[in-house]
Amino acid sequence: MQLDAKVPGGPLETKWDTHRFELKLVNPANKRKFSIIVVGTGLAGASASASLAELGYQVKTFCIQDSPRRAHSIAAQGGINAAKNYQNDGDSIRRLFYDTVKGGDFRSRESNVYRLAQVSNAIIDQCVAQGVPFAREYGGLLANRSFGGAQVSRTFYARGQTGQQLLLGAYSALSRQVALKKVTLYTRRDMLDLVLVDGKARGILVRNLVSGEIERHAADAVVLATGGYGNVFYLSTNAMASNATAVCSAYRKGACVANPCFTQIHPTCIPVHGEYQSKLTLMSESLRNDGRVWVPKNPGDKRKPEDIPESDRDYYLENKYPSFGNLVPRDVASRNAKEQCDLGKGVGDTGYAVYLDFRDAIKRDGKETIMRKYGNLFDMYQRITDDDPYQTPMMIYPASHYTMGGLWVDYNLMSTIQGLFVLGEANFSDHGANRLGASALMQGLADGYFIIPYTMGGYLAGTGVKPVSTDHQEFKVAEDAVKAKIKNLLSINGKRTANDFHRELGKIMWDYCGMARNNEGLKSALKKIGALKGEFFENVKVSGTDREFNQNLECAGRVADFLSFGELMIEDALSRQESCGGHFNEGFQTGENEAMRDDANFSHVAAWEYKGEGLPPMLHKEPLVFENVKLSQRSYK
Amino acid sequence: MSTGEHMEKKINLTLKVWRQNGPDRIGTFETYPAKGISKDMSFLEMMDVVNEQLILDGHDPISFDHDCREGICGMCGAVVNGRPHGPLPGTTLCQLHMRSFDDGDTVVIEPFRSRAFKLIKDLVVDRSSLDKIIQAGGYVSVNTGGVPDANAIPIPQENAELAMDAAQCIGCGACVAACPNASAMLFVSAKVSQLALLPQGRPEAAKRVLSMVTEMDHQEFGNCSNERECEAECPKQISIVNIARLNREYLKAGFFSNEK
Ligand SMILES: Cc1cc2nc3c(=O)[nH]c(=O)nc-3n(C[C@H](O)[C@H](O)[C@H](O)COP(=O)(O)OP(=O)(O)OC[C@H]3O[C@@H](n4cnc5c(N)ncnc54)[C@H](O)[C@@H]3O)c2cc1C
Ligand code: SF4
Ligand code: FES
Repeated sequence: MQLDAKVPGGPLETKWDTHRFELKLVNPANKRKFSIIVVGTGLAGASASASLAELGYQVKTFCIQDSPRRAHSIAAQGGINAAKNYQNDGDSIRRLFYDTVKGGDFRSRESNVYRLAQVSNAIIDQCVAQGVPFAREYGGLLANRSFGGAQVSRTFYARGQTGQQLLLGAYSALSRQVALKKVTLYTRRDMLDLVLVDGKARGILVRNLVSGEIERHAADAVVLATGGYGNVFYLSTNAMASNATAVCSAYRKGACVANPCFTQIHPTCIPVHGEYQSKLTLMSESLRNDGRVWVPKNPGDKRKPEDIPESDRDYYLENKYPSFGNLVPRDVASRNAKEQCDLGKGVGDTGYAVYLDFRDAIKRDGKETIMRKYGNLFDMYQRITDDDPYQTPMMIYPASHYTMGGLWVDYNLMSTIQGLFVLGEANFSDHGANRLGASALMQGLADGYFIIPYTMGGYLAGTGVKPVSTDHQEFKVAEDAVKAKIKNLLSINGKRTANDFHRELGKIMWDYCGMARNNEGLKSALKKIGALKGEFFENVKVSGTDREFNQNLECAGRVADFLSFGELMIEDALSRQESCGGHFNEGFQTGENEAMRDDANFSHVAAWEYKGEGLPPMLHKEPLVFENVKLSQRSYK
Repeated sequence: MSTGEHMEKKINLTLKVWRQNGPDRIGTFETYPAKGISKDMSFLEMMDVVNEQLILDGHDPISFDHDCREGICGMCGAVVNGRPHGPLPGTTLCQLHMRSFDDGDTVVIEPFRSRAFKLIKDLVVDRSSLDKIIQAGGYVSVNTGGVPDANAIPIPQENAELAMDAAQCIGCGACVAACPNASAMLFVSAKVSQLALLPQGRPEAAKRVLSMVTEMDHQEFGNCSNERECEAECPKQISIVNIARLNREYLKAGFFSNEK
């Protein structure tokens, strides 16, 4: 297999324009003859479905939840970036491009990131036209806030619910197309396999989660927008149904997975407090504007925070990074919290937490001001922990939050399978080895509103697609395989629940492939996961039958795929013998314990090809060429 | 209260849960013990613990909808001791914690019941009727591309804030479950208000309110008779001021528009 990113020639600034001109167009009357499957209704899937339907294509849209409005994008809090420069503070497309490439520790594709910055402004226009109630200034114009990794104020927001409002905007555009009968909605469906005919993506198999039936759906092209795989860590800020199953099914059919070891651990989440815990809750990054992070100076100091005098506190971020202080990027903040806890200075019942203290901010600005800024976050914190952050410092700890890795795509967002496009968090995307805050929402909507409508046309006009029916042999073969898998899961009848296996996998991934990794640990994790996977298929207990509403069966299928995906992540982490962004291998660090890249040997995208069950995957490298930015060591001192 | 001083950590409860294996089956309450429940657990985590045991004992676990578990997706919801989303105001079921219960309590858990929400299994109901109401007009009819600059139309800050207050609805359907008439008026009014308050929504305001209300009737939701139960149970505290605004929009639309 030859990876071809299909990056257009010419200067960075005109690549997208030139490309759009060169892409073939589908005649308007012919568009209705083409059908497209879109899996996922998050920002990426909903915006893609609506935009493709508006152009005239027949769209079939699928999601797991009972309504497209519930996709995990709904939970995004902080905001969405755009290079509007409404603040006149020196922002530009060029600067957003540069910040994103640098923030990603120079492991993303220049051409894609530049295009992302170029279309970012149109996203804000589109959302406002849909009636998204962004925050505004007294004069009635849009307000902005600042986020980590940038020195300009370019983040648009709707209180702490930006994702909700953007998703409801895309959902409303989608709903309009449903009413116009251009989109057919299939909710409570779980995609279990991708179907290829003559080497092209031509359909999917889904399990109807209400009836349990396996359904076949055919189309001229397939778009996956199924989100990230952060739940491989079991505990994460992702929603419970976020999964790797759709991505794994494409991988097994020949789509390469790129940089799976690039995962983002967000520094400010509510810490784990018990074995029964099912998920972790994010506390917005914006809190680090006013909260000061600290731990006791002496390991094992069990005094209450208010009893620890100033002289016995270590404000480790401020001390170590005087110029960025508490506002260092996510990967750096997370790693430092772990380091402190590993030194025995962690706080709380488990010792895996650090303080985020608002005492000084309250003293300085008054409780009123702090309440106005962070009131609902403080309330949420109190509701979960029963502690009052106005009185006592918050306790926070890093948690799995976002995945930069995903299915490899070319400049057209097409995977290594012809006719299979991948959007949003599910692709390996534009964020390199670390994503900046407020850039995932931007990327999801860029992909769906402004990129796929063009590149899909180019594909359909450029390659003849013959009609395919769901009676085709390939559908039957795939359906038989899926049914056999389900039957197997139900027949094992062992002694452990799927959830229990998932929890153990999560712990292995977190310990060995989390914030800090090393070769020895990774190798042992590979063995542990192999053993766990073996046990899973001998000892899992799944209740009920396949022909009914069966949440336990859904869960078991997902855990099986997470086990395979976890192995792939570790393979990738082991083969990348450098540190960059979220991938921190302890063997490669600077004298000051920062990530040390190896640009000579690892300035590439690692794309993994499936070679069969039990066989090692094959690595393909897409070299990353930087013509417009100078590679440098990130410094936040 | 500060760290480490939380009151008594573990409690034992008796659950009475509505079990019904499909819309055409007969449902009943079944009783389950929930033992050694940490007060720091969320309500859904308590349900997880009970379900894990049911699975290991070879029984069918209790089906319930959930996803984000942070109060924003609108997927969770059940009637707990007679109240949609349980006893705490402004809180979804997933954000309710077990410290709201006492040792020895009996907790009665039922699905959201309404003509317009067909039961799927146990606590899971079909709320797609709410999506149908949005499809009837809960949007601004703009295609992707070709829209004006985002700052072309200034919007007074208070209108933007009021629109945002309404836009926070998570579409959970608790208002319907709480209403003696099973009306979806609070849900409909939240969307109508959001778009009526913004200049982008004005051109279609009359058509929108008429078609959304018509669709609500069509989906077999009841009428609003000002019982105010919806507002009391809404986890996002959507105000019934929005219903008053909907009524004004509806009257205006009836008087001044040709839309039927
Ligand atoms: C708590 C939190 C806060 C965040 N805050 C921000 C922020 O402030 N700014 C920012 O830019 N980013 C933020 N992010 C990241 C951002 O929200 C996500 O990366 C983004 O929303 C992903 O969108 P998506 O469309 O790719 O996927 P998702 O929104 O995850 O949607 C996935 C869709 O695919 C469907 N699906 C998945 N698997 C299957 C299957 N097997 N079969 C059928 N359907 C399937 C699901 O039903 C769903 O509809 C945050 C993330 C989290 C977790
Ligand atoms: S109005 Fe409130 S109760 Fe009704 S659907 Fe919206 S959030 Fe739920
Ligand atoms: S699970 Fe999302 S609101 Fe409760």
